[in-house]
Amino acid sequence: MSFARVPGLVEEKVALGETTLVVDPARLLEACEHLRDEHGFNFLSDLSSVDYLGWGDEPVAGYWGGAAGRDLNRPGTWGLARLPAPKEKRFAVNYHLLAVRSTAREAPRLRVQVWVDEDETVPTVVPVWPTADWHEREVWDMMGIRFAGHPNLTRILMDEDWEGHPLRKDYPIGGEPVRFSGEE
Amino acid sequence: MAVASERSSGEAIYEGSRIPSPIPSVLLVPEELRLGEDILEVNFGPNHPSTHGVLRLVVELDGETVVGLRAVIGYLHTGFEKSMESKTWWKAIPYAPRMDYLSFQANELAFVMAIEKLLGIEVPPKATWMRMLLCELNRVHSHLVWLGTSALELGAISPFWYTFRERDRVLDLFEMVGGVRMHTRYFQVGGLAEDIPRGFFDECRKFVEVMPGAVDQYEQLLDQNEIWLRRTKGVGLLSAEDALALGQSGPVLRGSGVDWDLRRAAPYLAYDQVEFDVPVKQNGDVWDRYKVHMDEMRESTRIVDQALEGMPGGPWIVDDRKVVLPPREELHTSMESLIHHFKLVTEGFRVPEGEVYLAVESPRGEFGCYLCSDGGPKPWRVRFRAPSFVALEATATLMRESLIADMIAAVGSLDTVMGECDR
Repeated sequence: MSFARVPGLVEEKVALGETTLVVDPARLLEACEHLRDEHGFNFLSDLSSVDYLGWGDEPVAGYWGGAAGRDLNRPGTWGLARLPAPKEKRFAVNYHLLAVRSTAREAPRLRVQVWVDEDETVPTVVPVWPTADWHEREVWDMMGIRFAGHPNLTRILMDEDWEGHPLRKDYPIGGEPVRFSGEE
Repeated sequence: MAVASERSSGEAIYEGSRIPSPIPSVLLVPEELRLGEDILEVNFGPNHPSTHGVLRLVVELDGETVVGLRAVIGYLHTGFEKSMESKTWWKAIPYAPRMDYLSFQANELAFVMAIEKLLGIEVPPKATWMRMLLCELNRVHSHLVWLGTSALELGAISPFWYTFRERDRVLDLFEMVGGVRMHTRYFQVGGLAEDIPRGFFDECRKFVEVMPGAVDQYEQLLDQNEIWLRRTKGVGLLSAEDALALGQSGPVLRGSGVDWDLRRAAPYLAYDQVEFDVPVKQNGDVWDRYKVHMDEMRESTRIVDQALEGMPGGPWIVDDRKVVLPPREELHTSMESLIHHFKLVTEGFRVPEGEVYLAVESPRGEFGCYLCSDGGPKPWRVRFRAPSFVALEATATLMRESLIADMIAAVGSLDTVMGECDR
């Protein structure tokens, strides 16, 4: 299957048996409609995002606590055997597409990827695959990426008045903000 | 009461971009009704006993008809995905099954297989077949609880006791292999955590002999039951187009006439070496979803039977000292093994940089696992595609022009587990 005609295609990568199409966010909607109508990807199986803040620096994914308790500011001490190549932008949004055909004996899959920075928005794909509705709300809730044109972009898993986006790498783990009376 | 049109199986499915409502997951009250003053807003949950967990449904009623509906989730959000980022790969494994107390094996399998895909490990055949056997037992277990509780919600108490009788036998089998009845953590990266215990196959064989008769018995209890028939037939309709557009999978999708099963379309484990049918029903109502569940229990028992017959011998875990713990007895004699053991337990193994998406057919449908690794000993990002989360998106579409009493039947038939939905 050739994806050369997909609108806004930036790059096509194949790794571990999976094809990834990196698409320009401005033309995402066109690209998705093209993939659905021309290539038969009628099923959006997953929509998720990754925060690459600190990617290729020291690992900030976790830390060990010391005797004095957990130190939120000191990242893990493992170090990496080989530093991964830096990413140009902070967030990646991944769309995992699937072509569902009745009685099929194959399941073609495709990953569409768009890259955005903190203040940039991604066009919604709800008009293409209605199932994106809740997935996009979850990405907004957990990662703080806005989807332009979404019919109801509100928090879905966290409380409506929650501050911050928990799956971001700079969101503190294990710590809720504590206010000491002396500082008030 | 509306009845979905009959659909022939060869027909093309899902054309264009039909959107059930301006907001696909919300049922909006029509403006002319809103202007009248007869709309009553009722809050179901978040602790209503028949919501399988803490689901909240905000329903707007015109008399007894549902005219507006909004599902509110998130009450069981515990940050599984975030927590797993701060665990080493193999210490993150117990998190995956704990999201869902019914289909734990399938969830564990998806996570473990995704790690194996990143590592490029070939799993020995005995482990592959045993995984398949346990996953099918798990499907039976999940469907049994679904059947029992769904029938209970509609007022039929006896099926609950019958289904829990068989469920207990399945849990006994899990206890034999994993030492615990649920969340066994029996799947290890590279194979199984331990060898299959002696006597397991005999016990499993006994279960396989009992199970088909038990399914017949459940059907005898329900199929001719006037109340059950009236409350399930033509209720909670979902067309094939809507089901696909809303990303439904598993029994919900198959109950709507889409002949789709990942075990057949993209065989993983040893599903290409066993024979089974994919049950499909055409009407997309609660009754058809019930029938799909019943037939799937029969098919799963068939697969378990074949897995018992075809179970290969040999090692149960791959011999790769950089990923798999060395055999216990070597620790007393080999310094190398001791070092490997120590490094694996403290630091964990490193997984090459990359990203994968791997989906399995869990009892609830497509359970996907997206992993992103930066080459270190902890996952950079773990993401689960939870079929329950997606199923609940369809609530608004299911409930169009329905009665409030049918809501319990319709939402129950989606077979959701809130722990998995909220993660």
